[in-house]
Amino acid sequence: MNLSLLILIPLLTAAAVLLMRNAAQVRWVSLLGASAQLVLAFVLLFLFNQQRAAGNTAQMLFETQYNWFPSWNISFHLGVDGISVAMILLTAFVVIAGVLVSWNVTKMTKEFYFLLILLSMGAYGFFISLDLFILFFFLEIAVIPKYLLIGIWGSGKKEYAANKLALMLMGGSALVLVGLLGIYFSGKEHSFDLMKLAALNIPLQIQMICFPLLFAGFGVFTALFPLHTWVPDGHSSAPTAGSMFLAGISMKLGGYGCLRVATFLMPEGAKEYANIIIILSVIAILYGAFATMMQKDLKYINAYSSVSHCGFVLLGIGMLTKTSMTGAVMQMVSHGLMTALFFAVIGMIYERTHTRQVSEMGGLLKRMPFIGTVLFIVGLCSLGLPGLSGFVAEMTVFMGSWQHPDTFRRIATILACLSIVVTAVYILRAITKTAMGPLKEGFELLTDATWNEKLAALILIAGIIAIGIAPFWLNDLIAPGAEVIMQKLAIPK
Amino acid sequence: MNEMLTLMKPELVLTGIIFLLLFIKLGKGMKNETLLLLIQVLLLLNFISGFFFNAEGTLFGGMYQTTGLMVLQKNILNLGVYLISLLFADWFKKSEHMPEFFMLMLSALLGMFFLISSGNLLMFFLALELSTIPVAAMANFDLEKRRSSEAGMKMILSSAFSSGILLFGTSLIYGATGTISFAEIPFHLNGSPLQILALVFLFSAFAFKLSIVPFHLWTADVYEGSPVATTAFLSVISKGAVAFIFMATLYKVFQPMQAIWYNLIMILAVATMVIGNLFALRQQNIKRFLAFSSIAQVGFILVGISSNSTDGTTSVVYFILIYIFSNLAAFGVAAAIAAKANRENIDDYKGLYQSNPFLSWVLALALFSLAGIPPTAGFFGKLFLLTAGASKGSYLFIIIAALNMIISLYYYLRVVRSVFMDKNDLPMEKIQIEPSAKLALIICSAGIILVGLLSWIYDYIQNLV
Repeated sequence: MNLSLLILIPLLTAAAVLLMRNAAQVRWVSLLGASAQLVLAFVLLFLFNQQRAAGNTAQMLFETQYNWFPSWNISFHLGVDGISVAMILLTAFVVIAGVLVSWNVTKMTKEFYFLLILLSMGAYGFFISLDLFILFFFLEIAVIPKYLLIGIWGSGKKEYAANKLALMLMGGSALVLVGLLGIYFSGKEHSFDLMKLAALNIPLQIQMICFPLLFAGFGVFTALFPLHTWVPDGHSSAPTAGSMFLAGISMKLGGYGCLRVATFLMPEGAKEYANIIIILSVIAILYGAFATMMQKDLKYINAYSSVSHCGFVLLGIGMLTKTSMTGAVMQMVSHGLMTALFFAVIGMIYERTHTRQVSEMGGLLKRMPFIGTVLFIVGLCSLGLPGLSGFVAEMTVFMGSWQHPDTFRRIATILACLSIVVTAVYILRAITKTAMGPLKEGFELLTDATWNEKLAALILIAGIIAIGIAPFWLNDLIAPGAEVIMQKLAIPK
Repeated sequence: MNEMLTLMKPELVLTGIIFLLLFIKLGKGMKNETLLLLIQVLLLLNFISGFFFNAEGTLFGGMYQTTGLMVLQKNILNLGVYLISLLFADWFKKSEHMPEFFMLMLSALLGMFFLISSGNLLMFFLALELSTIPVAAMANFDLEKRRSSEAGMKMILSSAFSSGILLFGTSLIYGATGTISFAEIPFHLNGSPLQILALVFLFSAFAFKLSIVPFHLWTADVYEGSPVATTAFLSVISKGAVAFIFMATLYKVFQPMQAIWYNLIMILAVATMVIGNLFALRQQNIKRFLAFSSIAQVGFILVGISSNSTDGTTSVVYFILIYIFSNLAAFGVAAAIAAKANRENIDDYKGLYQSNPFLSWVLALALFSLAGIPPTAGFFGKLFLLTAGASKGSYLFIIIAALNMIISLYYYLRVVRSVFMDKNDLPMEKIQIEPSAKLALIICSAGIILVGLLSWIYDYIQNLV
């Protein structure tokens, strides 16, 4: 399979969106494009598993390479392993759900969908690139659509949030850029090629400088404490689909970058800085959870809980065992689906009640059984109920972390585990207050979800349950990818 | 004679156009519209001719030299001037003295051509004067405006001052090395204090022209006061030409003193980026805003120049090509708005997208390119400048440059935010754009998108270096 299709299809969809004449056409074209992405993602999964079953053990499959700026040794080099395939699946799920829940956007519909599709192109490109230059290119492509989506279609302090997000993410990219340049000049033959660099074994002193730059840079995207401050503002000001993309896809770019670029290329740096990563991620997990307890706005609740949940991703990477890294990737997929669904539900509720304050709501389940049920499912997934994806992912991270016998990592794991209790408190409090109890006045005439909202929710729920009930397929997909990173880590200095 | 014709083709064609304009002016028989169309066609032909019958060699005993790269650099400037003639059609048509303006502009361009091709300090000085003095007259061209006269005055004074410094530096070089030929100077350089002093003087003169901090003080006032066509010419064409020759001088003539000028450039690049960016943060007038942002851009060009390698040369030429498209697009939009709605403040741009989506998208694209955001060409331009600069291994320098990209993003986004997000009770009316200006804006936008993605353009430049 030619991986360029994953970039071409969003690109063509975006171009087609621009040519459409009215909002209805724009919507249907976007939906068509998003469905094509989803089909493509499944075809990729199928072909990938087929290749692996046939005994193809190459680290990256479906590699394609085109020359691009040969004088800098930059090539358009694409390829996927299991981790990338998982992330691509996640992206496709979130994109189609995002397109569906935005059905009622009336303000500048064409521009809205154009930016949404452009953003998805950036994410696909990022997950499949094996050349650090184009990886960086796609990382930055995604920044401006986010800025405009929040600034134009957002609510509340949208300009402030958009500015903060764009500047902080660009700050992260700047760190990444310097780190990448450091890697580029580290070998005799200057190269941005991930596979070549991995074979090269980057010199130790360069790893010591470049690893923190790259990890912190990507960390900004995935809410590494204390660089997470854009998350609450950005998520809560963004329009529904914008929040879904931000939390569901964009934060995962950072996690993927930390794993694929920072840890894979610079294992010595990762070992050296592992303790700091663990401390910061445990702080993020606990701080995020406690901060969520204090929130009264549903979007802020999910935004802060994203900080906490993404902490597990970084904790899994920082623990540097095969299981914990597999868990980190599973947590990325699980959290992506879950948080996208959560934001979608919040959007649906807000569209009807025109409030996001928990205290102003009650009894929604009576008038809106579908939306209420979805709210329960997503809440239970967030607090880690077995049978849903959240449990599987967090459990895997804990198991991987517990494999270390030393006290420091044991304590860190226990502290991280404690957050689950806090999560249960805030999630249960929020959803019971919202969905149960007596119906608030003025809510008598509310209607339940429309077909597009139902479809969006069902697609995401299908993903969550598919991982929750049968986690093995995802585990088998990711684990070989984590194994390669472990092999790099095992090489002595 | 034949050799001279081919080697000096860019200069000769340009001189021909200037004389043609002079005759037309004397004949007094043409309306502004027709004449402008004729000029645009001539400049387009001039640009196209730059791709054919090119040769390399030297003339007049080494005073004049030309290579494929120099021809390309001249042609990049040709392209810029052609775009200027399209973009500001509105202003040109209203102007009583349009032919004179073009004569002045093309004379300055001719000066820049000789500057690029000069192989000798005398030739260099003559060319520099030719490229500067007409620009002062151009700055003064809005005859009824006081600010325009002020701009002309400031321009001529600061130019005269920097020419004086340059001349002093030249005489010191002659004193220290005994020659004025670019080819021979490097053999006599040994880093003696006198030579360092000469380098510093020459460097300062360049810094004036490029508005490198701390020699930038004239820039904002001149940019704001001048007619917008002049501002565009100054900030794009003039900067581009001086950057080319600055780089060539440092790389070829002062190669033996590389260790000295590397530090100089590094410090000045940091100062230029930081100061340019910090001042741009506070600007309200769009022309002043672009002036300070262009100062910051020069800081990035210096990062590329500091690399002292073929990669550096290529990426600087490449960046200037991109910079021409991006900055001219921004000036073009500003000019269209200033001409029709008579507004120049960033706050006036609020809600522009509602009434003028085309102008808004072009402006956004231009600003993203200046900020270095993919997929615009500016991303590639800036990244290659930084990569070239990083090859020397001074990471602190590169980190400062990267941080400056964030500061600059802040103020570019401020304009984008005004255009797309802010509400305005008195939104701007729909602006009718001149067809030729529209064509130029489309060319610029296409350039902004394609020059980066099409990597063969970079390779083409690389092959000429």
